[in-house]
Amino acid sequence: MRKWIERHRNILDFTLSSLLRRKRKNAALVSVYTLIVFLLASVLFFASALREEASILLKEAPEMIVQKLVAGRQEPIPVAYMERIRAIRGVSSIKARLWGYYYDPVVGANYTLMVADDLDVAPGSISVGEGVSRVRLASPGETLEFRTYQGATIELEIKKTFSSESGLVSSDLVLISEDDFRKIFGTSEQYATDLAVRVRNPKELPTIALKVAEILPDTRQILREEILRTYDAIFNWRGGILLAILFGAVLAFIIFAWDKASGLSVEEKREIGILKAIGWETSDIIRMKFWEGLVVSLSSLLMGLVLAYVHVFFTSFMLFEPVLKGWAVLYPAFKITPFIDGAQVASLFFLTVVPYTVATIIPCWRAAIVDPDSVMR
Amino acid sequence: MIELRDVRKVFNSGKPNEFTAVHGISLSIEAGKATVLKGPSGSGKTTLLSLIGCMARPTTGRIMLFDREITSLPERFLTEIRRNTFGFIFQQFNLIKGITALENAMLPAYPLGERFSSIKKRGLHLFELFNIAPKAYSKAEWLSGGEAQRVTIVRALMNNPSVIIADEPTAHLDTKLSLEFMDILKKLKEDGKTLLLASHDPLVYESSVVDRVVKVRDGRIEGAGK
Repeated sequence: MRKWIERHRNILDFTLSSLLRRKRKNAALVSVYTLIVFLLASVLFFASALREEASILLKEAPEMIVQKLVAGRQEPIPVAYMERIRAIRGVSSIKARLWGYYYDPVVGANYTLMVADDLDVAPGSISVGEGVSRVRLASPGETLEFRTYQGATIELEIKKTFSSESGLVSSDLVLISEDDFRKIFGTSEQYATDLAVRVRNPKELPTIALKVAEILPDTRQILREEILRTYDAIFNWRGGILLAILFGAVLAFIIFAWDKASGLSVEEKREIGILKAIGWETSDIIRMKFWEGLVVSLSSLLMGLVLAYVHVFFTSFMLFEPVLKGWAVLYPAFKITPFIDGAQVASLFFLTVVPYTVATIIPCWRAAIVDPDSVMR
Repeated sequence: MIELRDVRKVFNSGKPNEFTAVHGISLSIEAGKATVLKGPSGSGKTTLLSLIGCMARPTTGRIMLFDREITSLPERFLTEIRRNTFGFIFQQFNLIKGITALENAMLPAYPLGERFSSIKKRGLHLFELFNIAPKAYSKAEWLSGGEAQRVTIVRALMNNPSVIIADEPTAHLDTKLSLEFMDILKKLKEDGKTLLLASHDPLVYESSVVDRVVKVRDGRIEGAGK
């Protein structure tokens, strides 16, 4: 065993000095390789982190939301519907929610205004997300002006700013009291934006949704799982677009790497001949090339992954932000919660390291099985 | 020690460019002696050395090494014999560029599974012995012809082989360096090594170190003895 380890160590030692001999060539290869891994991993990390973000976000969301539809569009829902839904067996609680979008002409951005009963926002005051605070340069103690549906202006004082586990929700959020909300949007007290329903047993959710649809045919029921599925589809689709754009780059790299790895230069062939002549076995040479391929591809993979990690989680996906996140004036300057899907890293490994290493070995094996007497000539 | 029985080597067999380099040679090489294969270029000397050194297999015939038939051995065993029994000094030196002289010399020992430090120690000792210790850490491509050849000698001796095979060892050396090389060979012979050389340089085959000259022409032996 010791002999085996020493043999590998010695061959690895020679491999490393071999790599250093062709410094420029290998550095160019590692750079391109790293860049490709970086691009692919960035997209994969970002898409999976966003999906994770969405699931954090929806973890606390109600299992079902009931909205009123008129001509296919959402309308305020009568609060009276609550009693009829509460009467359905299996419903544990129901809450009327008030929320809406408010366009702020000063900065040209949309805020999400939301009434949070449980957060105790007194009339005349608001709590704002860090995005709102950033664009309006407003901190606690200052006031923000809002225009009501009748054209009047009301001033609301910022009590505090906040951020939450996920920057996606909190950035453009303005928490407001029910009174102020109704004043701004003119929503009557008999109406709410939608109804949030919680059930005792999540397995019964589809049945309860069907019952709601039966007794209130002018409503639609949105289940939490459906929202998650939609998010998934959107992020996968956007990730897919980016991957399609990158496909050309990946293809070019494959051709480049294949050419580099599978073709042996005259010099390399000569060296293999020398090594065989002085007593290296074919397997030793394959071992050497295996190490060479592994060192190049593994270090590129690791560097690419680290760069992608920094790019996605520290610089907020600076390079491809507009494609994957969507477009908005009030961009949440949020840091995504670091999350890495092990399966994706594994698939990157199998798509990059394995084929490259194999591509390095095959031509060497072909060169190494010939008689070494060529070096005698 | 080494015996060739009716050895024939054909290149590109069955093709229009078929070429017979060795025509049924039988030869016996004694242990501990210096034997020179003498002949013009293209006479088949190098092919003969390759066959004896287990670098190629004869098309027909048999080669015996220490009374063991080696022609039919699988590649792995041939490599092992090559590594442990033979040390090669090539005409073109065949050093690997970009790594140091010492690393070049250590290469044959890498697959043995010996500790790196002990290989290095042995290598440095041999560098001292052949007066090239100051060049141990020079890159192979920076060495002069004489230095490069000493490094190939050190490399050939790395695994302490019993047979040294040298193909046209003085081809790239001036007279002074050639004579120095023959001195080294003398020492090696005194150490009990079997020397087998191919050369058409009078400095080699007329040297007092050489015990036997075998004339080779057109792939055949013309006569034996000195």
